[in-house]
Amino acid sequence: MTLFIEQCLNGLQLGLLLFMLAAGLTLVFGIMDLVNLAHGSLYMMGAYFAATFSALTGSFLLGAVLALIATLVVGMAVEVIAMRRLYGRDHLDHVLGTFGLILFFNELVRLVWGPAGLALPLPGWLQQPIQILPGVQYSAYRFSIIVVSLIVAGGLYMLVMRTRIGMLIRAGASNREMVGALGVNIQLLYTLVFGLGAALAGLAGLMQAPILTVQIGMGENILILAFVITVIGGIGSIRGALVAALFVGFIDTLGRAFFPDLLREVLPAAAAATAAPALSSMLIYLLMAIVLIVKPEGLFSAGQR
Amino acid sequence: MPPLTIRNIVVALVIAALILLPVYSHLAGDRFMLTLFTRIVILALAAVSLNFILGFGGMMSFGHAVYLGLGGYAVGMLSYEGINSGFIQWPVALGVSALFALVIGALSLRTRGVYFIMITLAFAQMAYYIVSGIARYGGDDGLTIDERSRFFPPLNLSDKTQFYYVCLFFLLAAVYLTFRIVNSRFGMALQGIRSNELRMRAIGFPTYRYRLVAFVIAGVMCGLSGALLANQADFVSPSVMYWTRSGDLIIMVVLGGMGTVAGPVMGTIAFLVLEEVLPGIIKFVGLPFVGSAAAGRASEYWMIVMGPLLLLVVLFARGGIDGMLTKLDERFGLRRQP
Repeated sequence: MTLFIEQCLNGLQLGLLLFMLAAGLTLVFGIMDLVNLAHGSLYMMGAYFAATFSALTGSFLLGAVLALIATLVVGMAVEVIAMRRLYGRDHLDHVLGTFGLILFFNELVRLVWGPAGLALPLPGWLQQPIQILPGVQYSAYRFSIIVVSLIVAGGLYMLVMRTRIGMLIRAGASNREMVGALGVNIQLLYTLVFGLGAALAGLAGLMQAPILTVQIGMGENILILAFVITVIGGIGSIRGALVAALFVGFIDTLGRAFFPDLLREVLPAAAAATAAPALSSMLIYLLMAIVLIVKPEGLFSAGQR
Repeated sequence: MPPLTIRNIVVALVIAALILLPVYSHLAGDRFMLTLFTRIVILALAAVSLNFILGFGGMMSFGHAVYLGLGGYAVGMLSYEGINSGFIQWPVALGVSALFALVIGALSLRTRGVYFIMITLAFAQMAYYIVSGIARYGGDDGLTIDERSRFFPPLNLSDKTQFYYVCLFFLLAAVYLTFRIVNSRFGMALQGIRSNELRMRAIGFPTYRYRLVAFVIAGVMCGLSGALLANQADFVSPSVMYWTRSGDLIIMVVLGGMGTVAGPVMGTIAFLVLEEVLPGIIKFVGLPFVGSAAAGRASEYWMIVMGPLLLLVVLFARGGIDGMLTKLDERFGLRRQP
């Protein structure tokens, strides 16, 4: 039972983390109609910045804040230098252009930080387990990820639903030309939204960094998960991204933890041991396939497209 | 007889060079050249297959490298289980690719545009993770193939020259097949669907079925390329179907000229030759400025040039190599402007 609660929390943590990535991706697509493969690179940059700055300043929190700002700046720079030239072009151009950016970022990281991975050590107060329920211990760091993600998700909701900028973002997602025609500085809005997406990706990267190693290409695997989430949730919908991210987080974590045991009940032990890792990594794609069969445009698609 | 334009002459020269390459390799004793070009020819076959759905069908598949893996693993797994006959291995490779393309296509073609890109990508990654998880066939580390596919006696795939010609035969066959299909009624309908699907449906074409058939044809062609690639490397690993490989294939197609019959072949040659010579170019250019040690180190980071180069091609030279040659023809009046 303890294990089950712990795995549920891990699922929630992964889901919220994925939500931060997917939210940025879906916002950028919804508003700029831009397919951004380089989103995973920003996630990677966030992790590398955090490892560097916390080593320099000696403080994890200060390093994290500086890394967040740095990723925001990098994101805006990428928007101004490269992305701006891709708006209004074919999706194929977006894919190729941002694919080129991935190659560039991976090599840049290799050039600056070297090919070996980095580690981001945690401060002592985040390392010990805490008691969240009577008798249930959980890693303080993972718990703080959940808390921070929930705060960010809430803040994002407030920003998008309750502020003027959020109103413009939502308006931009449903009809870009009209927003521009009404006199909104659409270029500035684009840069802001892209920067916001980049900062969210960077935050996800730097929070994940102490759990995994900081390495080249770390953004690419998780980017695919973010794509799956965007497809399931419906492109352009933040609510969809949240629901789908939680689904994917839970299914992936619980699937990996308990699916092999389930399989052992129905199959001979040897066959189960071979099939389990392959099948449990398939679960989320099966979920995506089912959603596609039932609702090809995703669970919560934003408007007609 | 096709018209005598610069573009057609270049295409003819490229084909002639590919046919004569083993002769040069033997005379000059340059074994590396033959190995490199065997690889180029095999990947060109994959690029031709991708171009068929991407250029002519307008389907932006970002998971095309998955068939390289499927074809390769069909050969590798059968060989591991002791079945070395190419008459069994290759049909299985094609059959598995066809089946996968049918299932994935049936699901993904329900969607449009960016969804299609992401879904093909995700399904290809799914296959990647599944294969990585199968410990019996090497998992992450890949699978060494002890013996190349066996055919009837005079044909021996272990002979480098023979193998090269087998690959080249399939490449030229695929290019010819594409040419014939594109100019057939089916191909015309496919291009019509690319331009305006709604209108084609209104005329009464079952567009979904047309696209699905094209998707499966491309999958089968690429599966063949995968079987060849596994034979060439004597090895297959999940990394051949990693998603960046699909990206490479798209680059080859776009670099050569999307939606042209011979473009992908030129694009593949350009891409892989660039991959070989770019480190050397960086070293050569950097030498007078930073000295040989630093220039040598800089040449290891050739990807940092490749990325932005790609961005520039996308932004400024959309037609690719084929488009540039066509533009030359127009300038010299060898071809009327459309």
